[in-house]
Amino acid sequence: MDASVEAAVADAHRREWAYVLAATVRVTGDIDFAEECVQEAYARALTSWPVQGIPSKPGAWLTTVARRRAVDLLRRNATYERALPKLVGSELSDPFDPDPLEPIADDRLRLIFTCCHPALAPESQVALTLRLVCGLTTSEVARMFLVQEATMAARITRAKKKIASARIPYRVPAPAELSERIDVVLTVVHLLFTTGHTAPAGSDLMRTDLVERALHLARMLRALLPSDPDVAGLLGLFLLTDARRSSRLAGDGSLTLLSEQDRSRWDADEIAEGIALVREALRRRPPGRFALMAAIAAVHAEAPTWSATDWAELVGLYEVLTIIWPSPVVSLNHAVAVGFAAGPAAGLFALDALADEPQLANYAYLASSRADFLRQLGKSDEASAAYRTALSLTDNEVEADFLTARLAEMEHDDE
Amino acid sequence: MAEYLVLIYEDESAMGDADPSAFATMMDGHRAFGDKHGAAIRGGNALQPSSTSTTIRAADGEGFTITDGAFAETKEALGGYYLLEAADLDEAIAMAKEIPAAFGGVEVRPVRPLG
Repeated sequence: MDASVEAAVADAHRREWAYVLAATVRVTGDIDFAEECVQEAYARALTSWPVQGIPSKPGAWLTTVARRRAVDLLRRNATYERALPKLVGSELSDPFDPDPLEPIADDRLRLIFTCCHPALAPESQVALTLRLVCGLTTSEVARMFLVQEATMAARITRAKKKIASARIPYRVPAPAELSERIDVVLTVVHLLFTTGHTAPAGSDLMRTDLVERALHLARMLRALLPSDPDVAGLLGLFLLTDARRSSRLAGDGSLTLLSEQDRSRWDADEIAEGIALVREALRRRPPGRFALMAAIAAVHAEAPTWSATDWAELVGLYEVLTIIWPSPVVSLNHAVAVGFAAGPAAGLFALDALADEPQLANYAYLASSRADFLRQLGKSDEASAAYRTALSLTDNEVEADFLTARLAEMEHDDE
Repeated sequence: MAEYLVLIYEDESAMGDADPSAFATMMDGHRAFGDKHGAAIRGGNALQPSSTSTTIRAADGEGFTITDGAFAETKEALGGYYLLEAADLDEAIAMAKEIPAAFGGVEVRPVRPLG
């Protein structure tokens, strides 16, 4: 097969899947059935495009083929109609309408809001979003979350069944509930990004596939909701964080901390785009949590060197974030910033106030941050103990190697 | 349209300990809910406390085992219900938010259409 056609189909899969599926769901009123038709449309592209040429608008071509397939099957086999209750949505079109409504931008939003409905469990929201909005197969989604394919298949089936049986509507929420519902969507995309940025387990520090998907979704949301400041904040946060991607690992694959990173390798384009988004997101008062997190990333991105970092500004931003989005993890980051702004003793004091937080009991960064301040204060024994605790709490091998090296340094100092 | 059963679960001991005005507030809440959503309410009742419940299960061989108490002993017990008609889950959830349940919360279950 012609490599350019294969590449074009793969590209259309990555870029257009959500558009094609969402437009097809609108005529089928049934997600599973629409997925089947869309898969067939992509299979048809592989045989048809080498002969007819690659269409100028692949998404429109695929949508037409998928919708035509749906109508054919519905005509031939009425049982498709009755397999499950239809999706509920005020704007589903009649499949037999000879001139169905043109796909509109909102179709993808309907799909996203349905996948991220608050009545679905968070792990189902993530799985459905990857499967239906990003077009990943169940086995790909299972690999991303390190679970068995059968487990993931059951999770996706259960979620789809709930959408149909409980009548989770296929529509963009009303303005009154929109910001609350956007927050659920952004939480899902943010979880995807953080899971990829530092993988909870395994031999790789990052899971680039997850990071790329999250970036793709954030860009899609930005295009669909261009005036939403939280969306701008989330995309800004991703770009500013991702800009450091290539400097996080040394040549030998070991972890390089922010303080040691070669800032000339940071992606200047991503930083410039991210900073513009942060400015836009911060215009709303009070700022949202993603805007603040992005502003924090921007402070690091704008510092020419580690020692020139504006720690006072960071402490202030974390203080505002603690008010808007109180969480032990935010308090931990605040304490670390205090340590850099006012010295390791102050940092340690702030960290010790969090020692009894149950949510942090198994959080490796609390122990590793304590270890770091103790090391700076020359308390090697206590630092060693804290590094050991941190080590016992991480399943990421790159992080574990880093902590092991620090621990060895401490023990070497003792001799 | 579809039907949803909204189950009201509340902490019975906390309700028992509460000030009498809490009961009046709850009753006012139910009246207001009824006035506002009368057209959607297909049924509903308050239940006697779970200590008045009797559980009946088919026994292993034949006959039945009858025991005192609710099916599942939990801190929050089923105390009442509404049967609501709604176009979709969002509409049902919006109504359910207005049901008084100061000592617990409500569960929204779609009714399964048969036939």
